[in-house]
Amino acid sequence: MAYEKILTRYRDLPNYTGTIDEYITQGGYQALPKALREFQPADLIEIVKRSGLRGRGGAGFPCGVKWGFTPKDSPKPKYLVCNCDESEPGTFKDRMLIEEEPHQLIEGLIISSYAIGCRLAFIYCRGEFVSGAQVLERALREAYGRGYLGTNILGSGFDLDVHVHRGAGAYICGEETGLLESLEGKRGQPRMKPPFPAISGLYRSPTVVNNVETLSNIPHIVLRGAEWYAGIGPPKSAGPRLFSVSGHVERPGNYELPMSITLRELIFDHAGGIPNGRRLKAVIPGGSSAPVLTEQHLDVPMDFESLAAAGSMGGSGGVIVMDDTVCMVRVGEIVSRFYHHESCGQCTQCREGTAWLHKVLRRIEHGQGRKEDLDLLLDMCDNMKGKTICVLSDAAAMPIESYLKHFREEFEIHIRERACPFEGKGAF
Amino acid sequence: MAECSVFIDGKAALVPTGTTILQAAGAVGISIPTLCHHPNLPPIGVCRLCIVDVEVGDFHKQVAACHAEVQDGMTVRTATPELERARRFALELQVADHPSECLDGETGEPCELRDLARRYGVTKRRFMEDETRYPLDESSPVVTIDLNRCILCRRCTRACSLVQGQDILWIMGRGDESRVSPALSLPLRDTACVSCGQCLAHCPTGAIRDKRPLRPPVRPEAVVTSVCPYCGCGCQLDLNVSGEQILRVTSNFDGPANRGSLCAKGRFGYHFVDSPDRLTRPRIRRDGRWEEASWDEALDLVATRLREIRDRHGPDALAVLSSAKATNEENYLIQKFARAVLGTNNVDHCARL
Repeated sequence: MAYEKILTRYRDLPNYTGTIDEYITQGGYQALPKALREFQPADLIEIVKRSGLRGRGGAGFPCGVKWGFTPKDSPKPKYLVCNCDESEPGTFKDRMLIEEEPHQLIEGLIISSYAIGCRLAFIYCRGEFVSGAQVLERALREAYGRGYLGTNILGSGFDLDVHVHRGAGAYICGEETGLLESLEGKRGQPRMKPPFPAISGLYRSPTVVNNVETLSNIPHIVLRGAEWYAGIGPPKSAGPRLFSVSGHVERPGNYELPMSITLRELIFDHAGGIPNGRRLKAVIPGGSSAPVLTEQHLDVPMDFESLAAAGSMGGSGGVIVMDDTVCMVRVGEIVSRFYHHESCGQCTQCREGTAWLHKVLRRIEHGQGRKEDLDLLLDMCDNMKGKTICVLSDAAAMPIESYLKHFREEFEIHIRERACPFEGKGAF
Repeated sequence: MAECSVFIDGKAALVPTGTTILQAAGAVGISIPTLCHHPNLPPIGVCRLCIVDVEVGDFHKQVAACHAEVQDGMTVRTATPELERARRFALELQVADHPSECLDGETGEPCELRDLARRYGVTKRRFMEDETRYPLDESSPVVTIDLNRCILCRRCTRACSLVQGQDILWIMGRGDESRVSPALSLPLRDTACVSCGQCLAHCPTGAIRDKRPLRPPVRPEAVVTSVCPYCGCGCQLDLNVSGEQILRVTSNFDGPANRGSLCAKGRFGYHFVDSPDRLTRPRIRRDGRWEEASWDEALDLVATRLREIRDRHGPDALAVLSSAKATNEENYLIQKFARAVLGTNNVDHCARL
C-alpha cells in the first residue's frame, strides 16, 4: 500500500511556495482553532502522549512526556523554543520544512505553546539558514496579519508572540542547553543537568525545546487524532519520519516514510540504489554521530528500537550511504575533524579527546599510523562515552568505535602498508 | 525531607538535603579527586575527574560529584575500576600538553595536576606531542599568566567574575583552542583588572602566579594565619613562612571578613617587610641629623611639644591626621585623644592607603 505523505504532502503540488494562502487552501490552520476551542491545554498534552510522537531531533524522547514535565504552578513564565539549529552532518530535513512549509511549523508551535502555557516562543534558527530564516520571518508576519499570532488569538483569549533568533554557526548550539545559553546571549556551551530545561531552562524558567519536525507533526495529530497517528509505523516509533538520504545513491533527498521501512527499501526502492553498479559498503542511519551499519543490516527497520538493537541509532534521520570506493579511515578522519572543531571545550575528555581522535585518525590515514593506535583509539572511545556534560563526546566516539568494529582490517592495512589503499581511487 | 541518608563506598552518611555528593563523601572521610572544584566557587563540572557511580532505586548513572546532589537512599561508588580508568584517561589527556618541567617538579611550585598524575601513575607515554608554547603575559604589575600550565579548569574565570565581580578573565576560542584570556585577547594591563590576584589564589597549577615573588617557590616550614597589616578591614591571610622569613602570602578561605579575598596590597605588598629602608625604631632629629631613640624618649618628646604648642597657641593650633592602616577602634581613640586630651576638633583621616 502506498504511503500517504503527511508532512511533505505539499511537495506533490505544482508551484507550491508555502505562503499562508496556499497553506490554508491545503487545509492548514484548521488544527489551531480546533485545539483552542475543543481542548484544554492538559487534553492536548494527553493527546500528544497517546499519539506516541517522539522527538525528531536525535534523542527520540516522547514529546508529550517532555511537555508534561513542565510544572503546572510555576510563578515564572514558560517558554517554548523550537530547535531549528539543524547541524548534524547528513541531515537536511528541518531546513526543507522551514523553507517550503513554514506555516505547518508555526501552526504546530502555536498549538504546542497553548498546550504548555507559553506566551513567548522562540525559533532558534541555524545561522547558515539565511533564506530559511527569511522565510520564517515572512511566514510569521503573515500569521500575525491573520490573527494566528499576537493577542487574543482567534478570539480565544490566548496570546502568543514568536521570535526568530539566528545562531552564529556552532553545532553545539543544537544541544538544547547550549542552545538556551546562546539564546540568552552567552557563549554556546551546554549546561550541567539537572536541572533540566523543563524545570529551569531559558532565563531559568520552565522551557520546552522541540525540534522543527516534531512540532510540524502537531497540527496533524490534533486534526486527525492520536489513534490515527499512533497507527502509522511501528507502535513504539509512531508517525511519519523524514529521512535525509545522501551519499552514494541515485536520488539523494528527503523521504517521508513510516519508520517500519527497512534500510534496504529506503536506499534501493526510494533513493534509487547505488550508482554506477557499485556495491553498498556502509551506511550511517541517523546522522554522523550514529554508529555505522553494513550490508548485513539492510533489513533492519528504521525505527528507534530496531536501529538501537542493530548497534546504531535513529538519531536525526540523516542517512549517509557509502559505496565500496569509500575509505572508512578517511571517513573517520573527516567525522573526527568535525567533532574536534565543534567541541565547546568545557569537559576534558571531549576537548582533548576529540582533538586526539582526529590526530590519531589523521596519522593513520596519511600512512603514519602505529600498530598500537587501534587499541589507543578504542580505549579513547571507551573513556569518552557517558562521562561529560553533554553527549558531543559520545557522538565523536561512537562512530569511530563502530568503524573499527566493522572495518578493523582496513585500519590495519593503512598501518601495515603505511599508506591509504584507496588513495586516488575513492570518492572521498 | 531535611536530611538524606546515603551510602558512599559502603559508609553510611546522613547529610542535609542539597549537599553535593562530593561534600557528603568528604563528611565521611572519602576524598574524590578533582581539579576544577574549589570550595569557594560554584561547581562547573568540567574536569570530569569526580565522576562517580550512583544508584537510586532503578536509576543508575554516572554523575559529577561536585555538582550532583545526594538523594535519599542513594548508593554512591567513588572508585570502581571503570571510574579509575576514566580518571587516568582524563589525567593523561591533561598531562599530554602540560610542560614537562612542571610535571617533573623542577619549578618547585605546587601543582595539583602533578600531584594527581603521580598518584595515578600517569605519564606522557601514550599521548606525545610537541608541547605548544604560549608566550607569557607579564603585562600585569602583579601576576604572570602562563597558559602552558593552564588546564582550563575555569577556577580563575569564576573567581574573577563571581567572587571579585570583575569579569576580566574568560575563555576565548573553542574546543582544544580554548584559552583563558581577557576579552579580545588583550594583555592584562590593557583591561580593567584590579590586580586583586583572585585568579592566582584559585589556580591549581601555577598557570597564574606571582610576578614578583618574595622568595623562590619552596615549601614553607609553617603556614601562620594572620591579619592583613594594611587597612582596618581585618582580612585574614596565611603567611607562608620559613624561619623568620615570609615566603609568600596566600588566601585563607575561612577568614570571616574576607573569605579568601584580598586586595593587591594585602596579597602582593610585602616586599617592605625585609627592606633595609624600613624604620623599626623611633628616630629623633637633633641638629639636622636623624638619631635612633627609645620609645620612651620619643613619646616624651612628642608629649612635651604637644603641651607646649597647646599652652602657647591654644588647642586649635593642633590637628590630628589618622591613618587608614589603623582599625576603626584605633581611629575612634585618636579622635577621642584629639577632643578630650588636646581639646581640638581638628581631626582628619587619610581614607586611603
